[in-house]
Amino acid sequence: MSGSTAILVSIALPLLGMPFIALASRSPNVREAIGLIAAVLTFGTVLSLLPSVMDGAQPAAHVTDVMSGLSLAFKVEPLGMIFALIASGLWIVTTVYAIGYMRGHHEENQTRFFVFFAFAISAALGVAFARNMFTLFIFYEVLTLSTYPLVTHHRSKEAMRAGRIYMGILMSTSVGFLLLGMVWTWQLTGTLEFAPGGILTGKASEGIVIVLLGLYTFGTGKAALMPFHRWLPAAMVAPTPVSALLHAVAVVKAGVFTIMKVVIYLFGTELLSGAGLSEWLTYIAGFTILVGSLVAMTKDNLKARLAYSTISQLSYIVLGASLANDLGVLGGSMHIVTHAFGKITLFFCAGAILVALHKTEISDMKGIGRQMPFTMFAFLIGSLSIIGIPPFAGAWSKWYLVLAAIEAHRYVAAGVLLMSSLLNVLYLLPIPIYAFFATATNDHHADGLHEAPLACVLPLLFTAAGCLVLYIYPDPVLHLLLMIGGAMP
Amino acid sequence: MIDMHLPILLIVVPLVSAPLCVLLRQKTLVWAFASLVCVASLGLASMLLIRVLEEGVISYAIGGWIAPWGIEYRVDTINAYVLLLVSIIAAVLMFFALPSVVDEVSGKQHYLFYTAYLLCLTGLMGIAITGDAFNVFVFLEISSLSSYTLIAMGRDRRALTASYQYLIMGTLGATFIVIGIGLMYMMTGTLNMFDLSQRLPPMFETRTAMVAFAFLTVGMLIKLAMFPLHMWLPNAYCYAPSLVTAFLAATATKVSIYVFLRFTFTVWGAEFVFEKLNLDIFLIPLSLIGIYVTSLSAIYQTNIKRLLAYSSVAQIGYMMLGIGFVSVTGLTGGIVHLFNHALMKAALFLAAGCVVLRLGSSNLADWKGLGRRMPVTMAAFVLAGLSLIGVPLTVGFISKWYLILAALEAGWWPIALLALLSSLLAVVYVWRVVEVAYFQKADDDSKIKEAPLMMQISMWGLTGATLYFGIQTDLTVNVAQRAAGLLIGVTP
Repeated sequence: MSGSTAILVSIALPLLGMPFIALASRSPNVREAIGLIAAVLTFGTVLSLLPSVMDGAQPAAHVTDVMSGLSLAFKVEPLGMIFALIASGLWIVTTVYAIGYMRGHHEENQTRFFVFFAFAISAALGVAFARNMFTLFIFYEVLTLSTYPLVTHHRSKEAMRAGRIYMGILMSTSVGFLLLGMVWTWQLTGTLEFAPGGILTGKASEGIVIVLLGLYTFGTGKAALMPFHRWLPAAMVAPTPVSALLHAVAVVKAGVFTIMKVVIYLFGTELLSGAGLSEWLTYIAGFTILVGSLVAMTKDNLKARLAYSTISQLSYIVLGASLANDLGVLGGSMHIVTHAFGKITLFFCAGAILVALHKTEISDMKGIGRQMPFTMFAFLIGSLSIIGIPPFAGAWSKWYLVLAAIEAHRYVAAGVLLMSSLLNVLYLLPIPIYAFFATATNDHHADGLHEAPLACVLPLLFTAAGCLVLYIYPDPVLHLLLMIGGAMP
Repeated sequence: MIDMHLPILLIVVPLVSAPLCVLLRQKTLVWAFASLVCVASLGLASMLLIRVLEEGVISYAIGGWIAPWGIEYRVDTINAYVLLLVSIIAAVLMFFALPSVVDEVSGKQHYLFYTAYLLCLTGLMGIAITGDAFNVFVFLEISSLSSYTLIAMGRDRRALTASYQYLIMGTLGATFIVIGIGLMYMMTGTLNMFDLSQRLPPMFETRTAMVAFAFLTVGMLIKLAMFPLHMWLPNAYCYAPSLVTAFLAATATKVSIYVFLRFTFTVWGAEFVFEKLNLDIFLIPLSLIGIYVTSLSAIYQTNIKRLLAYSSVAQIGYMMLGIGFVSVTGLTGGIVHLFNHALMKAALFLAAGCVVLRLGSSNLADWKGLGRRMPVTMAAFVLAGLSLIGVPLTVGFISKWYLILAALEAGWWPIALLALLSSLLAVVYVWRVVEVAYFQKADDDSKIKEAPLMMQISMWGLTGATLYFGIQTDLTVNVAQRAAGLLIGVTP
């Protein structure tokens, strides 16, 4: 399969799976088999692009010109390759997990769930492969709309209210700021193509560059930069697999991925770093990191705590982008990968606890390590990776980010990163520690193994193992990331 | 032979067919005949557009009397585009017509309904095609009188008052227009638009010219339902039969906007209107205020058809905003939105019509749980609603893109921001319907059937078009760009 076909096929496969999933709604086994096959095929197709991208090629596909000069087109560059691999690869894992979770938790309307899930993955891949900002924006909006039915899955009053916040923030930021920034860029430069070194150099005054950067970063509501972060905790009413894959990986990473792409390929890091035009963003990101962590500490609901932790962690990546040097880009992009594995593990665990023990509040989780040793062990690994302790993957990205901050002489940023690690320890580690060492307060059947279904436990062990493997063997990822911006390693 | 007489055939065919409908009293027969006429008009209009794109302006002298003495039909890119739009909508709606008219119009009046429908079509096409100012007025009256009749045929008795209200406002507008045209005739002694454009400039300094322009413009603004002269529209759209609502929403105001474009840009000239009289200084703020006020009104409506009607007024604001920029990009945005909005609003009114057929109500409260009860219809409603919001991959996005670009080109970024933020109001009023239909349980959860296939064809045809033209803009944008260039006087 040629590169351009592979791109189109990988985006089309989840869409093609949708009607079949819908048709098989009467037989859950067939339906889920179809979902799994679609996921595996999609991942396989994305994977088939990897060798050529590793060799420095950039496969491309052109669909159509929507308006003159504005085309719906795709091109695979290293950063997009990584994002696509993560989204499609973890889709397989999440599908397996979702089967266990949705059945174990007796969710209703499972068919609709699997259909829109596939839709969202297709949109995420479109974002990953977008050749220009125009295409990226299209899929960005499709991603918002396709996840709305998932967020509001329960159709309750609460889900409806959460859906309003979700749509309200994501739509108003993208329409009010991102679209404005995009049309403005188009008006200034006559192109929206992602090009190494950026397209804005020499086309816009420093003031306009700062305003545009603001429009892009705040316009990308999915990156959950404060004060536009409220949608993410609201989205937690969704079933856990949605929170795990979409609101820890695909959707939020699409947001920070967009910011990375914009910084690298529209502005160009040189333009931003030269006059310190992105320095203000470093402080906004730093603020979000700290405040996100602090709010996380106050949350007793596990998913809510994880949501605020995600808000904080996403800003690591924004911070990396705002430093606008090679190390910052490397560290930020690396964090897209490492945080994905760590956070999805934590969400899987949260869901497993809900399915097995019906617990959502952290204060009720004392002593559950004896009933769910595998789950809580995975939780520990995920936490350690998020904190950034070797030998887990998170250590790499944090290392590069701190180096980048020092190189850019923004010592405050380095301080923020270290401080945040400390806060991570405080809000994450007590959970597994209490689970293993505290005694349950008033649980009468607190002994004996009581894990979630196997389909839930295996995926979370897998992603936890991923945290370890990525620490020991980060070379392929590093190899790809060093090629970002067109440079050969 | 047909090629030679295309312009006149486009008018004569529906005009002659209308009274023939009276002879065919059988319901299905008269419907089949009217459909045939609409399809023929669509064919003629497409041929006309192709010829215009190939050969440039076509001038046709009625009865061989050469202009400016005789009446001239003058077709260039812009009115060929409008003619195509009107005939597409008329033809696509005919599928919907059969079951819907049977349901909503009393059996004895069917043949009269189709007579009025064809007359209305004739009037709208006539306005668009003619190159004679007085002829515009004549066709305007033909289309208006027939649409008063069509509206009055609504099942609800309030349709009568709505129609009467429209009659008063419409007549007022038409009178203003005819006064304006009369003054122009008095000054120049000609009624031919092209001739007028040559003879008017020396008169620009006179007070008569100003008065003529003022009468004409206010008259046109009433007819196109520009805020705050839109009060006739919500009731008329709300109580008319569903088919009529969809037809008028998609064509009548659009043709009026065409008339506005024709008189301001071709007859008076942009220089006089926008540089001397500075109409834009009044047009742009008024459009923006209109967009906000009517969008907010839409949010608080409890009847879907009225909600959509207010949204129409808001969307007219976007078109006028684009025109107000007086640039090729702005006009392109306005003209593209004219086409795009016709598609999406017709699709939305048809979806509402499908629900009315099954539920007998367009009250929002009765739409609870419709997402489950009529999933196919509601899916079309949501898709067309997304287009109204301006989500990418739909036509609404294309319009929005050009309007924002035009604002930025002019250096007016606050206007760009205001226009973008206003589209969030569309999110609110579309989502209100979505939440009721998908999140609330129906009081009476009995099974209802989906709308008949015929109606689905029309509805999905238009919904599909809103998606198709959101990706393939060759026809819509390119033609609009050429038309905009013609109006401004730059050849692209």
